[in-house]
This record gives sequence, structure tokens and C-alpha cells, in this order.
Amino acid sequence: MSRPRNYQTEAIIIKKTKLGEADRILTLYTPHLGKIQAVAKGVRRPRSKMAGHLELLTHSLVSLARGRNLDTVTGSQTIDGFLPLKSDLALTSYALYTVELVEQFTADHDENHPLFGLLLKTMHQLCQEANHELTLRYFELHLFDLVGYRPQLRQCVACHKPLKPVTNLFSPGAGGVLCPGCQQSQPLAHPLSVDALKVLRWLQNVDLSTASRLKITPALSHELELVMRGYLRHLLEREVKSTTWLDTLREQARTNALL
Amino acid sequence: MNQEPKPTADAVSRLIQELNKLPGIGPKSAQRLAFHLLRAPEEQTSLLASALLSLKQETKLCSVCLNVTGADPCHICANEQRDRTKVCIVEQPQDILALEHTGVYTGLYHVLHGAISPTEGIGAGDVRIKELMARLEGGLVSEVILATNTNLEGEQTALYLNKLITPLGIQVTRLARGLPFGTELEYADDVTLTRALEGRQEL
Repeated sequence: MSRPRNYQTEAIIIKKTKLGEADRILTLYTPHLGKIQAVAKGVRRPRSKMAGHLELLTHSLVSLARGRNLDTVTGSQTIDGFLPLKSDLALTSYALYTVELVEQFTADHDENHPLFGLLLKTMHQLCQEANHELTLRYFELHLFDLVGYRPQLRQCVACHKPLKPVTNLFSPGAGGVLCPGCQQSQPLAHPLSVDALKVLRWLQNVDLSTASRLKITPALSHELELVMRGYLRHLLEREVKSTTWLDTLREQARTNALL
Repeated sequence: MNQEPKPTADAVSRLIQELNKLPGIGPKSAQRLAFHLLRAPEEQTSLLASALLSLKQETKLCSVCLNVTGADPCHICANEQRDRTKVCIVEQPQDILALEHTGVYTGLYHVLHGAISPTEGIGAGDVRIKELMARLEGGLVSEVILATNTNLEGEQTALYLNKLITPLGIQVTRLARGLPFGTELEYADDVTLTRALEGRQEL
């Protein structure tokens, strides 16, 4: 039996590129079809009926028609527009960072239902008062899990002995933590404090709303961010583009606080 | 590779090649346009050619507002009648055309030439914010109107500029976001409707 010509799916809009005069190519992340690309016709015109339902960072119910090359969006209805998130500069930037990671770590048509759930949960969490830095760390760690890069945080990746409560090392290349004795085997490892390791382990095992209630010092938060950033850079073999913007915002917040 | 005889004159295939580089013009459209121009009166083609040449030679960016202009400063910045205490911030020079067409706005402009888009790696340094801040420090401006697009990038840019400009003691306003003229309510999205409700006005 041939596949139906029209179909409907839930989706989060994770990327858009301009096409022609008034069209866009959208990248949608869906629960059952994975990442798909589709053409949305006329959405750059002010009177487009679909444009508002197909903006970046929107959770929508999308109707599509199969095309020879790309599918075409025929209709769309917002499920959640994440309005609190979109009216805050920092939160929008955090959310853009999460969708960029999803876009980078997934292949077209590769179904990953839990990852869709994680992304949706994270965006809801960002709409609420919480420790958003930890929300991002939680998102990164669980993203690694779901795409097959779960870092080993329980035992040394080289000698497989349980880790001792001392400053160990995190090695992006080996995909986990090294004990001080195995330091020589991976030259690009960087130090990981006892507290940082504890938080990472804890994040791997709790749920998101618990995770983003934890209070940690700015120094520890920064350390965790650097560790994750190093691992991301190793896996993607490049920088995540939106981190530059996150840094700009943080820099600005710091100068404003000094004034 | 042996040279096959060309099916048409070199001049024609050169034009086809160049037209093909334009956005939205594929090889067939390029061919159609090229042959249309070949058949058109010479007057029309030379007008087109000189318009193309002057496009680059006779335009520059206004040193004040960064709009595309023939003379520097542009005719809007040079116009004494315009309200110098208001600056309207837009993403593209084309946006000025649309706003001027309404005939309602009498202040000045500033063109950013883009919008902040973190996922494409476009940060604050890649749009013309520095020029704007230097201009605002002059102290003449009392109101800044943010007229960036109402999509995510435009909103982000507006929120960012608001953070930068408010500490200077300048009033920052944003174009109202609501229902466009001629739309049907049932198709409106949540964000637009929420904003339209928040910004409702007495008749």
C-alpha cells in the first residue's frame, strides 16, 4: 500500500531558511518522524495564515503534503507558542541553543521519541522560574544519552576502576572520566572537581524539574559549562554557534551589574 | 575536452550565465529573459545596463542612518523638517520604503542591515549596533522606536537593543504587534492574539 499523500504530525520548529520571495524551508522535529524538512509557502507575507504558527521555537500541529523532493506544509495550528520564553532575551537564547543542538545531533527521518520529549520538556522548563543554566546542563547530558554519547561518570574510562573522591579528569576523546593515574593515556583531558562530578552524576539520574531547583555556586556552574562545551566541541568537531551569543549576553549582564 | 560549437552567440550565453546567478532565477528563466532582452529595442537594454552600472557607482550608505543613498547625508537625514528627537530602527533599507509609504512617521531612521540570529552565528557585532549607540550618545534623541521584524530574530534584536538603550535614559518603544489589516481572527496564532489583546485600544 502506498503512503497517504497528506499527513499530520506534532512538531517543534527548530530551524528556518528563506526560500524564494515569500517561502521558507522549515526544519521540524517530530515525535515519530524524527527531523524533517518541509517547504512552507508564502509564510513571509504579512497576511500568511500559517506564519505565526510556524515561527521558530513553536510547538505546533502541522499538516503536510508529500512532495517529490520536500514535503509542503498545508496547515498548522499552535499547541504551545512558549510566549514567556519569547519575551525574554536570555530565555530565547537558551531555547535557540537547545534546538541548535537537536538539529546538529540528529539525522533526517531518524525517529527518536524520547528526544522529542526531552526538547519539549526543556522548553516548558525554560518558561518557568528555575536555574536555567542547570536546565541546559540537564538537557545536554540527556541529549548525549539519547543519541548514544552518554559520558561514563562512574568508573575510569581507561582502567575501569571506580572513581575516588579526588579531582579526576574529563576526557572528551574517551567519552568520560579518567582517574588521576590514567591521566597520561588521554592528553586532551581537563580537570574535573569532585563537586562537578557529583552534580553531573546526579543530573543523569533525576528528573528535569528536580534538576533545575538545585542551587550551585557560579564557579561550579561555570566549570560544568566548560566541561560540557569541551565534550560538545569534540563530538561535533566545531563550536556550537549560539554559544557565542550566550557569551555576549553574559558579558553584557556582567558589565550592567558593575555599573 | 574538445570544444563543441556553441549553440548561440557568446554574448547571449554570457548574459544567461549572469542572470542565472540572481535569486529565484533558474537556467530556463535566465534563457527566457536573455532572449527577451535580445528582441527588445536597444533603448530599453541600454537603460537597463546604465541602471545596473549606476546601482553600484552612485550609491553609498548614509553616514548618519546607514540607509542606501545617492547623496550623503541621505535626504531624510538632511531634511530640516523632520523630527530629530525620534529614531526608528529597522533591519533593512527596504523597511524604510514601507514606513515612508505610510507618510505617518516624521522622525529619522537607523538601518541595522540584519538581525541577531544566534543559530546562524550572527551576533551583536555583525549588525550595525555600534553606529547606533555612537549616534544616541549625542544626546539629541529622546525616543527610539524599534521597528525590527516581528519574527524571532527581530524580537531578539529588539529585546537586546532595549537592554542597551534604556540605561541611556532614552524612551524605547516597539511597534505594536497585533492583527494585520484584512485578516480573519480564526487563523491568528496565539502569540499575535495575546499581544493584540494586551494592546487593545478604546474605539
